[in-house]
Amino acid sequence: MIDVLLIIFASSLLYVSIANRLLTYIKILSFQGVLLFGVAFLELNEMSTINLVFILLETIIFKAIAVPMFINYVIKRNNITREAEPFLPNFISLIIVTLIIISTIILSTSISDPYLNKTFFIVALATIFSGLYIIATRKKVITHVMGYMIIENGVFILSLAVGNEMPMLVNLGIMLDIFASVLILGIFVNKIGDILKGVDVNQLRHLRD
Amino acid sequence: MIIIYLIAAIALSLGLFLNRSTLVNNLLLLVFVVLQAGFTIYECFNLNTIQFGFFKPDAIAVLLLITLSIVSIPAIFHSHIYLVTHRETKPRVRAIYFSAMVLLITSIGMAYLANHIAVTWIFVEITTLCASALIYHHRNERSLEGTWKYVFICAISVSFIFIGILFLSMAMQQAGSTDLSFANLLVKAPMLNMFWLRLSFLFIFTGFTAKLGLVPMYTAGIDAKDKAPAPAAALFSTVLMNMGFLGIFRVYVVISHTPLHSWANNVILIAAFLSVFVAAVYMMKVKNIKRMFAYSSIEQMGIAMLGFAAGGIGYYAAILHIILHSFVKSSLFFQFNQVYRIYQSKSIYDTGNYFKYNVTGAMVLLFGFLFITAMPPSGMFVSEFMVFRSMFVAHHILLLVAVLILLTVIIWAFGKSMFKLLFAPPVGFDESSVVKINPLLSLSQFALLGLSVYLGLNPPAQFVALIKEAIINLP
Repeated sequence: MIDVLLIIFASSLLYVSIANRLLTYIKILSFQGVLLFGVAFLELNEMSTINLVFILLETIIFKAIAVPMFINYVIKRNNITREAEPFLPNFISLIIVTLIIISTIILSTSISDPYLNKTFFIVALATIFSGLYIIATRKKVITHVMGYMIIENGVFILSLAVGNEMPMLVNLGIMLDIFASVLILGIFVNKIGDILKGVDVNQLRHLRD
Repeated sequence: MIIIYLIAAIALSLGLFLNRSTLVNNLLLLVFVVLQAGFTIYECFNLNTIQFGFFKPDAIAVLLLITLSIVSIPAIFHSHIYLVTHRETKPRVRAIYFSAMVLLITSIGMAYLANHIAVTWIFVEITTLCASALIYHHRNERSLEGTWKYVFICAISVSFIFIGILFLSMAMQQAGSTDLSFANLLVKAPMLNMFWLRLSFLFIFTGFTAKLGLVPMYTAGIDAKDKAPAPAAALFSTVLMNMGFLGIFRVYVVISHTPLHSWANNVILIAAFLSVFVAAVYMMKVKNIKRMFAYSSIEQMGIAMLGFAAGGIGYYAAILHIILHSFVKSSLFFQFNQVYRIYQSKSIYDTGNYFKYNVTGAMVLLFGFLFITAMPPSGMFVSEFMVFRSMFVAHHILLLVAVLILLTVIIWAFGKSMFKLLFAPPVGFDESSVVKINPLLSLSQFALLGLSVYLGLNPPAQFVALIKEAIINLP
């Protein structure tokens, strides 16, 4: 069951790579939050109840509801256009994300570690690199933020892989998640929208040599 | 003691944040300076005792903590001068500035002292938050851009460090332990899984380069130092970079006891050489004085890491180099505000004949330039010479030649701009409205420069003993 959820998660990455509208990105982020809720619930069976409840609440409330709603609010408030505006055509994006997934699978076959849960490793690493790819190839700053959220999801999956042995690391991961999201989105909603109209990375190019 | 310090510092930061009165503000800052100095002295006398479970003042942590305290006192003083001379600064803005600065200094100190990699990581994350408040001080479009880039790149690098920690925990599973303190990692080093350790080092190294200022993540730091007020930039350019160095140092000590040692050296060598290269390229191009200082920091960190990767005497040289660099570079940044007050510009094109307008300040800049480029009698000459010697001994001759050529380029580019500022007549500059600057404001810079010479040429025995103890675990 965990494997099924993780594979659905990996295919959601393919969907992100061809998504055209910002709303689709938000829906996928929300959907990934729900998937992570399921994975955490099924995987962390050796964890204390209070800690587990905290982690589950974080995935379902923070990742699946709060952050997507917040991004949606930012988009509406700043009148950001609906298009994602990638630098590369969607077809190439799809191929590159597929290549990322395949290469992580090849990498994982070269590891001989009995403790390793390979599905977690593959999906986590593929998610992290796809997130970086999304950041590198999208024009709008808000899509960069969403790419960062995808990286965070990958980090969360990776921390679940060692979650039963070291629950502290999962909690730290959640701390990173909340802290960084609030910091990034906080700057975004308060400032960038007011000062820069129609947010786009080309307006952030004054500081250079 | 450490917990008392932490609570007191957070309380002071909160007090500074809520307070609007100038007198109370200055009093709170004075209390913080006393607290910081007292805490540093306490830690010096309690070497290697574990405090509050997660903190251990070992030799390198104490060395960097002393550096932090020495740099932070003039930083607070010059921040005060900076805010007074910018009369438009509102009490609310000042409150945020000092609150963030106190919290930044505290969290850097805690990150030094932490003996558990996750604790270090938490404090590294807090420094990002405080630094972003300082960068956004001017509240205009440019500073917002700088803040946004800094926060975003640091968020990604902090995630990278966390991924590295996760891989490290996977490497530890094979050794049958879940304790990620540095002491335990060192004991278990030969039993770790090499594959995970390799991945872990790559991610942790890449993550910490954002703070240390090496290729690939150095970019955010440059914009941050440009947009933040100069006294804050002095902290970013010195003690915050030292924090990045310490993060890599701690993991490197573990790696050096495994078969991955020479591989890790190669990774560091490549990143360090590229950093010197990038610094050389940009130094020829930049016309903004603050960005020039920032690129010079990238170069100095590159040199320190070259020595560090070469090994042998290079370990000693690297630590000496970053400490001396902290004193020299911070004094240059402290001096920058006086330059700005005279010319009202950061561009090298708008400046000139600085000796005529501010003799004392010009002396600081001249000596600072000579010291940062490691001309004798600079203390950095000693450390840089040791770095080159260690590279020679480690048979990196070609690399050494390339680095020396790049350094020549950097000295030429840096010198061209600095001599234009100091001696060449300015174009279209109105002399009538030049402000008179009190020479006493340069006193702390002279003290820092003098300290760097003293520590480099005639290091006290305790200082040498501390550096030697810091590198005792390295081969």
